[in-house]
Amino acid sequence: MNATIENKKTEVITDNGLFPSSQVMLDLKKLKKVYPTPKGDYVVLENLNLQIKKEEFVTIIGHSGCGKTTMLSMIAGLNAISGGHISVLGKHIKGPGPDRGVIFQSPSLMPWMTSLQNVLLGVNQVFPHATKSQRNDIAKYYLQKVGLEDAFNKKASELSQGMQQRVGIARAFAIKPKVLLLDEPFGMLDSLTRGELQDILIEIWNKEKITAVMITHDVDEAIFLADRVVMMTSGPKAKIGDILNIDFERPRTRKAVLEHDDYYKYRKHLIDFLEH
Amino acid sequence: MKQSITLGKVTKFMGLGFLSTLKDLFTGKLEKEDFINFLRKVAVPLASILLFIGLWHVGAMSLYNREANFKIEKALTDQGPAAAEAMRECIASGDISCQPNTLPSPGQVWDSYKSLLRDHNIISADKAAFIEKTATLNAKRIAEGKAPITYTGRPSFIDQIIMSLKTVFAGFLLALLIAIPIGILIGLSPTLKSAFNWFIQIFKPVSPVVWYLLVFMIVKTILIDSNGDSSFIISFISVGLCSMWATLVNTAMGVSSVDKDYINVAKVLKLGAFQKVFKVILPSSLPLIFTGLKITLSVAWMVLIAIELLAQSPGLGLFVWEEFQNGANDSNSKIIVAMFVIGIIGFLLDRIMLTIQNAVSFNKNEAI
Repeated sequence: MNATIENKKTEVITDNGLFPSSQVMLDLKKLKKVYPTPKGDYVVLENLNLQIKKEEFVTIIGHSGCGKTTMLSMIAGLNAISGGHISVLGKHIKGPGPDRGVIFQSPSLMPWMTSLQNVLLGVNQVFPHATKSQRNDIAKYYLQKVGLEDAFNKKASELSQGMQQRVGIARAFAIKPKVLLLDEPFGMLDSLTRGELQDILIEIWNKEKITAVMITHDVDEAIFLADRVVMMTSGPKAKIGDILNIDFERPRTRKAVLEHDDYYKYRKHLIDFLEH
Repeated sequence: MKQSITLGKVTKFMGLGFLSTLKDLFTGKLEKEDFINFLRKVAVPLASILLFIGLWHVGAMSLYNREANFKIEKALTDQGPAAAEAMRECIASGDISCQPNTLPSPGQVWDSYKSLLRDHNIISADKAAFIEKTATLNAKRIAEGKAPITYTGRPSFIDQIIMSLKTVFAGFLLALLIAIPIGILIGLSPTLKSAFNWFIQIFKPVSPVVWYLLVFMIVKTILIDSNGDSSFIISFISVGLCSMWATLVNTAMGVSSVDKDYINVAKVLKLGAFQKVFKVILPSSLPLIFTGLKITLSVAWMVLIAIELLAQSPGLGLFVWEEFQNGANDSNSKIIVAMFVIGIIGFLLDRIMLTIQNAVSFNKNEAI
């Protein structure tokens, strides 16, 4: 009885509508981030509440400096929480861990390692009991998925920026995290490469269905990839401004999305918010 | 063909690219467009070397004349015109007893170089003969449990170069073994950094001579029981202590300034401390560590001469000092020979380090 009411609520675009806890993967409650400065405390985030369901792809959009990256690195555990809490499957997080994989803005590969070694670095850590060949197989599988079957033994420093980010994607998926955090992963790429990598990302994601939170500046990218687009207000004291459900069917193709009647409606909604 | 390509690559890698240009010149492969390049890379350095030798020759001549005139003047005022005339004739005849003692000319230095080589050949022949002569006797002595008889003659110039190289490598190894582990620890832990920082800041600028005296005080007491020669031990430890600072500081800096992204990756993957150090931190600070090691080796070679001189440890430093004390006719030119040898070996050591640095650095552009 209760559940049906709450299920209905998910259809509504609302800030404080709560999902039943069995559906929730990632839960941010009254999250607060304060940076002490000589002129007094600077409050980046305040009273930020956000729930992300299992197998959901959420993109976060907002102006530069609004605290998106701060929020994401707090979820990753790389940035201390000043108030409130973050929980994964009901458990409060304490510091970073491989249950939350991160794809950074810069590929952040170890340039002295080959692409295979870079992926193995994580795989070895997460599957310590697997045999060496099993771990190799896992790493190679994901590198194939991102289209790098010919570059297993290439040094990361020899790869182009786009290729490096592919390795970054493979590394993140290969450790089979519960939540995937993406911090503007394609921000540094040219638009052609960006499109290619979006396709690769969504293809792997369709298969693995790992709950994903992705920061982006790109409105089209936000719509194409997401089940929901979360809009953040400008800082200081940023919080969730609005949430937009994207109801396109999955698997999606870029062509189908662009030709869909609702596409421009969604786009207008987001741009109106950002220009507000 | 393939071999010439690799040779060209190797020389270029070591910063000796002009060698392959020189080779192209002799094999007639040089294109016309390369001619200006050739001029710049080979002809200009050659011309400057010739100019240097010419200026040196002219300078040495004028110093020689000044010294000679002074000698004649002195004979004139002290002993009268007859003595002055005798001195003039003596100098003109090239007699060893009255040669002016001043900066030697390039020709004299070259002669001394050849005489040092001859001397080396004589000594090594002597040594070989000695070893052959004592071979059966030594075999018997060893069988009887006695110490074999060893050659105790004067070391040749080449032997002294080899001794110096041994000392510098022992010192360099010591510096490496002390500086890199401590540098890593300091770089990793801010607490250790503040514990060690005063130590580094105070001892880094201390002069090699003082390091030598300090090591001397300690080693002398430690080895008080042994009758062996401790000068080698003292000099290599002093060299190590003088030269390790560059590696220490560079390692600490390299380790503490690892790209934050790499550290974040290590954190997200929850790498253990061992893995974090050996898979992430050390490889990424390798270029800076090698820059430090390169400086350490050149500093070690530089202070070695002074320390050998103080420690009376056989080697180039002692050679220079003994020649200076000796005051023989060709001592000055032998000192200049030693100077060139020291310079050339220092240059070669630097090139070797650069080659290793290039080989281990993940980012080829970063190597200096």
